[in-house]
Amino acid sequence: MLRKILIAAAIVAGAVQPLWAADRASDPKADFKAFRDYFTNRFPKVALDDFVNGPYSMDEGLRKQWKAIDEFPPYEFAVEKGKDMFATPFKNGKTYGECFANKGVGIRQTYPQFDTKSGQVITLDVALNQCREANGEKPFDYSKDDMAALTAYMAFTSRGKPMDIKVPDDPRALTAYTKGKEYFYTRRGQLNFSCASCHVQNPGNHIRTEVLAPALGIMNAMPIYRSAWGGMGTTSRRLRSCNSQVRATPLKAESEEYRDVEYYLSYMANGLPISGPGARP
Amino acid sequence: MRTRTLIRLAVLTSVAGFATASVAATAEDFKAAYEKAETADKQAAAIKDQWTTAGAELKKAKAAADAGKFDDAVKLAQDAEALANASVAQAKEQQKLWPEAVLR
Repeated sequence: MLRKILIAAAIVAGAVQPLWAADRASDPKADFKAFRDYFTNRFPKVALDDFVNGPYSMDEGLRKQWKAIDEFPPYEFAVEKGKDMFATPFKNGKTYGECFANKGVGIRQTYPQFDTKSGQVITLDVALNQCREANGEKPFDYSKDDMAALTAYMAFTSRGKPMDIKVPDDPRALTAYTKGKEYFYTRRGQLNFSCASCHVQNPGNHIRTEVLAPALGIMNAMPIYRSAWGGMGTTSRRLRSCNSQVRATPLKAESEEYRDVEYYLSYMANGLPISGPGARP
Repeated sequence: MRTRTLIRLAVLTSVAGFATASVAATAEDFKAAYEKAETADKQAAAIKDQWTTAGAELKKAKAAADAGKFDDAVKLAQDAEALANASVAQAKEQQKLWPEAVLR
């Protein structure tokens, strides 16, 4: 009898374990559908393409302020600076354009990419620094104005183009995607918040004076000019700032975790238009 | 007889406890408390789940010790250790719980 019970327990354990494991495995297409359905069902009055406008898609008063501000966009100087930087040859005579497809114009929507050689997620910011280093230049700080200006210009040339992120048939790519998903849903910091606590569970609600943006399309507006910062900020700066706000020690800019979460969120935004550079309160 | 012994023991323990609590902390006490807190915070850093507040309490503890305020310094180091331990516990718990939050 005891033997039968043990055998039955072993069978049940064997059956349960794969289910548990499967729960952690990722199916990007299924994730994409669930993510899209959640936001469109929760906010049926928001046009799908409008989610990329973050808090302005959630709050009419804020939207009016944004429309007024956008007559003289605060990111305009960064776009101009980025354009000049982009066109200025390196010391070896080559340019940024030679490092990218279509000479770097209108390609923002294809980043981040999974690089099968290095097995890493490469964001646009990392690709720009790789380009600089390949041409004998020092890399830029990922959180500072030069990187923000370059990415602002590249986003500007890509406005309206639908996000087009690929998770190739490579187990390492799926691992990076899944790690990004894990980072997004993991609570951290003394306030015990995950990215999802604000941007899935509470978009449209206020946290202090800020209206929380929906996670859907949140990367499409990067980089952003933030009035709170009085300047431009890269994706890394935004992620580090989020960490600090929940009292978690920020990671290094463009760390593997940040690149992976950008990969995950960008994939979730596939098909939605690039709106960057954005302006936020 | 047995009850009386127990009462005496309780009184003695209480007095001893009071005496211990009222003894001023030393530099050695601080060093021991700080090392424990620092170890816990490094453990949190290793799993990339440090809390900014733990680091801030460690800095305050060091500053209090530098100013010779060892009672405060020990208390702050103990607070830092508690925060760092909580962050490690959070990280371990979240390794199991995060899939529950995924949109399906």
